[in-house]
Amino acid sequence: MSDHAILRVVARLVIPLFMLFGLYVQFHGEYSPGGGFQAGVLFGAAWILFVLIYGLDTGLRVIPEALIYNLACLGVLLYCLIGVLGVALGGHFLNFDVLWTTPKAAQQAGIILVELGVGVTVAAVVMLFFTCFVRRRALNKTGADTDQWREDNHDHDS
Amino acid sequence: MIYLIDITLLVFLIVVAYAVVRVTDLFEAAMLFAIYSLLSAGLFAMLDAGDVALTEAAVGAGIGTILMLAALALTHRYERPAPGRNPTALAIVIVTGLGLGYASLDLPEFGAADNPVHTHVAPYYIQQTYDDTGVSNLVAAILASYRSIDTLGEAVVILTAGIIVFALLAPGAGRGKRTSTTRSEEAE
Repeated sequence: MSDHAILRVVARLVIPLFMLFGLYVQFHGEYSPGGGFQAGVLFGAAWILFVLIYGLDTGLRVIPEALIYNLACLGVLLYCLIGVLGVALGGHFLNFDVLWTTPKAAQQAGIILVELGVGVTVAAVVMLFFTCFVRRRALNKTGADTDQWREDNHDHDS
Repeated sequence: MIYLIDITLLVFLIVVAYAVVRVTDLFEAAMLFAIYSLLSAGLFAMLDAGDVALTEAAVGAGIGTILMLAALALTHRYERPAPGRNPTALAIVIVTGLGLGYASLDLPEFGAADNPVHTHVAPYYIQQTYDDTGVSNLVAAILASYRSIDTLGEAVVILTAGIIVFALLAPGAGRGKRTSTTRSEEAE
């Protein structure tokens, strides 16, 4: 799709806005609809649009593949870490009250941090999904035997 | 006026659902699913469920459609229509539908204040969330603080889904000669 001038220009315009809106949904989730899950999806969608326009290789130069795998796990680990931190500071698992001086500030800090964990995981997993699908597509195009196999399979099905 | 919007959205929802079932072009079906999600998001917004509406619009209409199209790129564009009719399946669907419709008569009145769902923990959340957490979005406070372990479970589910998709689709998976023969044997 890289030769479509309109798509390129419009994508260049909206991708930063997508990401900004993702950050807004992430960090304003306490006050307005939103949170880590939706923000992660928006962030992932912005990257997917980038890949659709500029290709997977350019997309993976923005976010290295190894980083995607690590981020997917790090998000969940951050979530667990906040939970264990509550235990270490004398509370229960995922009890935020002990994280800060006043319970309200502690709750807000805890909520923001776990939502960040969710957001990072969701964004990374969405990118991982799309990377896998694009890879598979490229593989199927080059590997004629796979197509052959699929057609055989369909014949068996019918 | 509000009823008018609700009815319009629901009618469109039924029309789109019927169209999804009828079309054999899977590309069209994916697009219709996106419209279906968007209409659902509109209905959720009408119910003042902003978080759910945002999620449905982002996940259902956005990422879901992209992934369906990506999956479509790996397979054929047209559905192979099932030959003949299946009266047993039709009977099961009609009986189940009638049963569910009959059961819905026993549901408490929509939106009534003394419904079971409104008398358990909901009053506590509505009254105490701001005092407990100082967070003005009730949904975010419930998800991340009161029901934190549930949300941790959801995050783990998403990570697991990512790992499974990687295991299924990554280069090398199902590409080895041995696996390929095993699969064709299975198909036979």
